[in-house]
Amino acid sequence: MTALSPSALALSGSMAVAAGLLGCFALMRRMTLAADALSHVALPGIGLALLLRLHPLAGALGALLGGAIVVWALESRTRLGTEAVIGVVFSAALAVGALLTTGEELMDALFGAPGTLSRWELVTGLAGAAAVIAFVLAARDRLIVSLVSREIAITAGIRVKRLNLYYLLAFAVTIGLGLRYLGVLLMGSLAIIPAAAARRLARNLNEMLLISATVALFSTVTGAWLAERFHRESGPLIVVVAAACFLLTTLRSPRA
Amino acid sequence: MTESPDRLPPAPEHVLEVEHLSVRFGRLAVVRDLSFALRAGSALAVIGPNGSGKTVLFRALVGAIPYEGTVRWARGTRIGYVPQKLDLERDLPITGGDLLRARTRLGRATRADLPRTLTRAGLSADVLNRPIGTLSGGQFQRLLIAFALLDDPTVLLLDEPTAGVDDPGQERLNETVRRLQVEQGVTVLLISHDLSVVFRYATNVLCLARDQTCFGTPREVLTPEILAQVYGAPVQFHVHDGPVA
Repeated sequence: MTALSPSALALSGSMAVAAGLLGCFALMRRMTLAADALSHVALPGIGLALLLRLHPLAGALGALLGGAIVVWALESRTRLGTEAVIGVVFSAALAVGALLTTGEELMDALFGAPGTLSRWELVTGLAGAAAVIAFVLAARDRLIVSLVSREIAITAGIRVKRLNLYYLLAFAVTIGLGLRYLGVLLMGSLAIIPAAAARRLARNLNEMLLISATVALFSTVTGAWLAERFHRESGPLIVVVAAACFLLTTLRSPRA
Repeated sequence: MTESPDRLPPAPEHVLEVEHLSVRFGRLAVVRDLSFALRAGSALAVIGPNGSGKTVLFRALVGAIPYEGTVRWARGTRIGYVPQKLDLERDLPITGGDLLRARTRLGRATRADLPRTLTRAGLSADVLNRPIGTLSGGQFQRLLIAFALLDDPTVLLLDEPTAGVDDPGQERLNETVRRLQVEQGVTVLLISHDLSVVFRYATNVLCLARDQTCFGTPREVLTPEILAQVYGAPVQFHVHDGPVA
């Protein structure tokens, strides 16, 4: 099964759409740095899974979900210093992960390696991506209101703390899904770059979600195709395509 | 299992009861041992110098920050909250329509209620298509008021709602709030620095200062002596012509 087979495209495409949608809210909530740092925590999970002869993605997902809960707990305490603590914790996670993982495995984990896709991974991946996309579409109203004002959200009956936890868990799942293609270092950028491009062009929330998801999908499919065509790693190419899309949007003058 | 005091309903005539409320940030007590009760349909003005804990009090009342003491709202209370100026990025691609339509989907209002609510808040329909970051301070404030009104609130918490709004706009907003209170029995809690508005519209005044609090009718509280104690300097205000509440 190649990276361009229908099932591989379905998985990478749905992962990209999920990342593009979630990235919009990460950008608007000013948590792009936290989201990017969160992706680094996957590495010690991968390292541990390899040591214990488990599936690396299972280890990554476990570590990411744990990382999401750590970010959530930090967020609900003092806001001051959260970014700094996240920087320390997740850079440390990257260092520990690098010690646990070696050689080729480390490079695969850092930059992604599509490899062969088992039926189990395909089904789990598609279900995960569908769950994340459903979450964003179902929670979009609550996410918008809570990003405008926490107090307004609470009086509108939104359980803000719980919503934040669900959001971070959705983010962790999305990063886990994308690790195969982009790796620990680059996955955060697939959530951030398409959303940044969309923000420059969109006039309302629907447009932002649509443009971001489209740019993420286009970058992933084009990157995979370029990787196959020129025998390169797909991860860096996906990010280069996304960055090129963003650069194109900078040609347009900012919205009034 | 005993029920938490916050979950017990207040006395039937009260829409809100606050007992021994304190809010601390670390070792700093911003609100200290505050107690008061409000009847349904009353208008409470919260006054006090900057930093005296007025906004913190509101945030505690809606449960957005931890506090000590008890805050009891009557059953079935629907709170509309209009915060002070928010720090939003200008290029946020969320329009007024995105925000208001989100509210209709989350609550009891429908999209058909939007035009009437916009009118009540003194807004034209074009804010629906404009990103909220590009609205002027006054327009955004009115959008937040429209947001609060959409769910047909029984209590309105307004944190300096007319800050940044031009004079005719202020007048219209005050009238809108006044009408909601008088005609629909909405209870209003208002933080304001405009003592003439407080004197004119409030049924009760709560003053917060570093070392003391006071609660009473405008005539009881808005005296030169008490105001001088609250603000730490003599305060004068002009009472406009018109009925005094």
